[in-house]
Amino acid sequence: MSDSPVSEMDETNEASEEIDRTEHSPEQRAEERPVTTGADSVVRALENAGVEYLFGVQGGAIMPVYDALYDSEQLTHLTMAHEQGASHAADAYGIVAGEPGVCLATSGPGATNLVTGIADANMDSDPMIALTGQVPTAFVGNDAFQETDTTGVTDPITKTNFFASDPDEVGDDVGAALALANTGRPGPTLVDLPKDITNAETDREPGEPKTPDTFHAPEKADEAAVEETARAIEAADKPVILAGGGVIKGDATDELRAFAKEYEIPVITTMPGIGAFPEDHELSLEWAGMHGTGFANMAITHCDVLIGIGTRFDDRLTGGIETFAPEAKVVHVDIDPAEISKNIHADYPLIGDAGAVIEQLHEEIEFAPDADEWREQCQTWKSEYPMDYQTPDDEPLKPEFVVEALDEATSDRAIVTTGVGQHQMWASQYWTFTEPRTWVSSHGLGTMGYGLPAAIGARLAADDDQEVICFEGDGSLLMTIQELSVAVRENMDITVAVLNNEYVGMVRQWQDAFFEGRHAASEYSWCPEFDKLAEAFGARGFAVDDYDEVADTIEAALEYDGPSVIDFHIDPRANVYPMVPSGGANGQFALSEAQLEDL
Amino acid sequence: MTGGLQGPGPLDRPQPTGRRNSQGIRVDPDAEADPETRRAVLSALVEHEPGVLAEVSGLFSRRQFNIESLTVGPTENDNRARITLVFEEPEPGLEQAKKQLEKLLPVVSVTELPDDATRRELALIKVSATRPDEVSALASMYDAQAVDAGRETITVEVTGSKQKIDAAVEAFDRFGTHEIVRTGIAALSRGAEYTATTPDGAPADD
Repeated sequence: MSDSPVSEMDETNEASEEIDRTEHSPEQRAEERPVTTGADSVVRALENAGVEYLFGVQGGAIMPVYDALYDSEQLTHLTMAHEQGASHAADAYGIVAGEPGVCLATSGPGATNLVTGIADANMDSDPMIALTGQVPTAFVGNDAFQETDTTGVTDPITKTNFFASDPDEVGDDVGAALALANTGRPGPTLVDLPKDITNAETDREPGEPKTPDTFHAPEKADEAAVEETARAIEAADKPVILAGGGVIKGDATDELRAFAKEYEIPVITTMPGIGAFPEDHELSLEWAGMHGTGFANMAITHCDVLIGIGTRFDDRLTGGIETFAPEAKVVHVDIDPAEISKNIHADYPLIGDAGAVIEQLHEEIEFAPDADEWREQCQTWKSEYPMDYQTPDDEPLKPEFVVEALDEATSDRAIVTTGVGQHQMWASQYWTFTEPRTWVSSHGLGTMGYGLPAAIGARLAADDDQEVICFEGDGSLLMTIQELSVAVRENMDITVAVLNNEYVGMVRQWQDAFFEGRHAASEYSWCPEFDKLAEAFGARGFAVDDYDEVADTIEAALEYDGPSVIDFHIDPRANVYPMVPSGGANGQFALSEAQLEDL
Repeated sequence: MTGGLQGPGPLDRPQPTGRRNSQGIRVDPDAEADPETRRAVLSALVEHEPGVLAEVSGLFSRRQFNIESLTVGPTENDNRARITLVFEEPEPGLEQAKKQLEKLLPVVSVTELPDDATRRELALIKVSATRPDEVSALASMYDAQAVDAGRETITVEVTGSKQKIDAAVEAFDRFGTHEIVRTGIAALSRGAEYTATTPDGAPADD
């Protein structure tokens, strides 16, 4: 990797580090290095948008773009081990930075390998742009070597995509794709770049990036609707706020916190909404849903006014629709009109930007709802359904203990990334999140292996004093372990905590609960020793079996200035609770497998 | 199995009495029933560019909306095409389909047409030519025209409402139907009113 042209370019970057080229004007850039090809125009559009990092893998049809990147001193490209890693890294970068992450790949397999990450970003509404090489226009449709109908394949999983057809306009396409990715409801966009277009000569600098005229992003909600909603909130006896990922993506956490605290309304988050409200605050009920806290699920079941903000009422949150907040009038604030009444009927739809609408409500509401009794009830539920766990000496390590130990050892601003499975649930349940953009996970798509490439993207977007902790499971980590090579090459300070139970544990848990304990294809004791594998990659590796090794090992791993992997051998029988069975009633969550059998 | 938590069990907890129907609407627990479906005609003005039809039809199939017919063609503006969609859904589904359609970038505007809108469909019906005089007589009853006549078959063109076409198809079948093709519905609102407008009410073709 070190002898790749792009890495050499990085060294030049270091030499001229004092110059912040993201501050340059488009005119300065054009004067310093005028556009000569379509590929130059692509690179210029990225530069003009303030992009600093790209994640990708080289290949035939994208070579002209890489060649143009060679000359950019503003853009740093990270070669990933696999294109899927590139799309997850770009996705995570977008989550942490709040700016679109950029990934690129060649045509055919390069593009299809990006697909999982694009679909992931689409489900979680993360700002991201994918640039894919394509066979030359004359070959398109002929089943040429490494040809895939990329815009066709990605149509259902992008906010929109573009097929570049003119070298003079390809930069504008990229500019529009970047602008769209982070305007209104964020999401992934894609520009497919035929090689003849990127290779073609043009001296046209891309214009000011703009979203297409047919795209509308509402800002403020209708005033009359706000008034009506305010009256309903004032009259509530049992109000609760449900803060979704849209609160974080819309940078509305300050507005939300001020609103909730002033009117003393308890706050539940969705999983993507984790960090929107401090979980150590009295009003926080943490998060609701299939594995949410008992108190959040009780509150959501019994509230009379549910103020949903930036949430799409996903089935993992609602459980069975019939029993979801069955007595609540629903206020739904969302920037995407299509989310209103898609899953849960909104009695008070408010279409607009989360922060702007919260401020509208804040101004309109004249008095706080009279909800002392309700708040007391919420506190009672908190004490009735604590997230406790036992750590008997004669049993293997409990995963909850590991999560809390890492939380303890790191700062409030530490960023947590995860794969998908039991470890993801334990991390989200037992880590106390207080800041937005510190929880980076794959929610809607549920992509195993998301954690490690996400940690790489998050690391680049994070401040230097923010630790990046990646929780992974053994099965999940094995899917993208090759990206450890990138973390080593770039000497990235990332701590990977493997909650290793030698199973794809969530499947094993469901098999025990719903398939009579028949462990079909869920037993993973054949996994490699992750500490040794880490060392082979050039990272630091640790293995932990006992409680008394946990704290010291975490300290050593955090102190190491580079990637480290701690293989925590946890109780292979540990299960995730509470649990609302699929399609069940939130208020009927099970606290143990025995209770699950009663439902 | 480990990992159990403490607290009152599911059956020891208070339970709410309300509930929602499958559309997520709060309902009287004793009432219910599946919501009734309705047939609606949507007119979408779209950018006239490659791939739009695929985007629209892909949207409808992946979100499981039932399309009865979909017609697309150019408009008075070279940059715009009009798609007329007929489909049947419960009320929330109609709303959802409209909003999802509006989200597609090449879609300029979407309007549901009122019942009195002008709706036309065209069919070509190819029947056996053994009784040409009778075919001709029937065609004139339906205001239809013979557009191709050979030794073995006659093709007639009939235009009108869906009901008229249905009736014609049935009527011509007495001669022995070889083949039929129907266009699906094309529709425009009546009078000076624009079928499609931008969100601020201006004619969308501007």
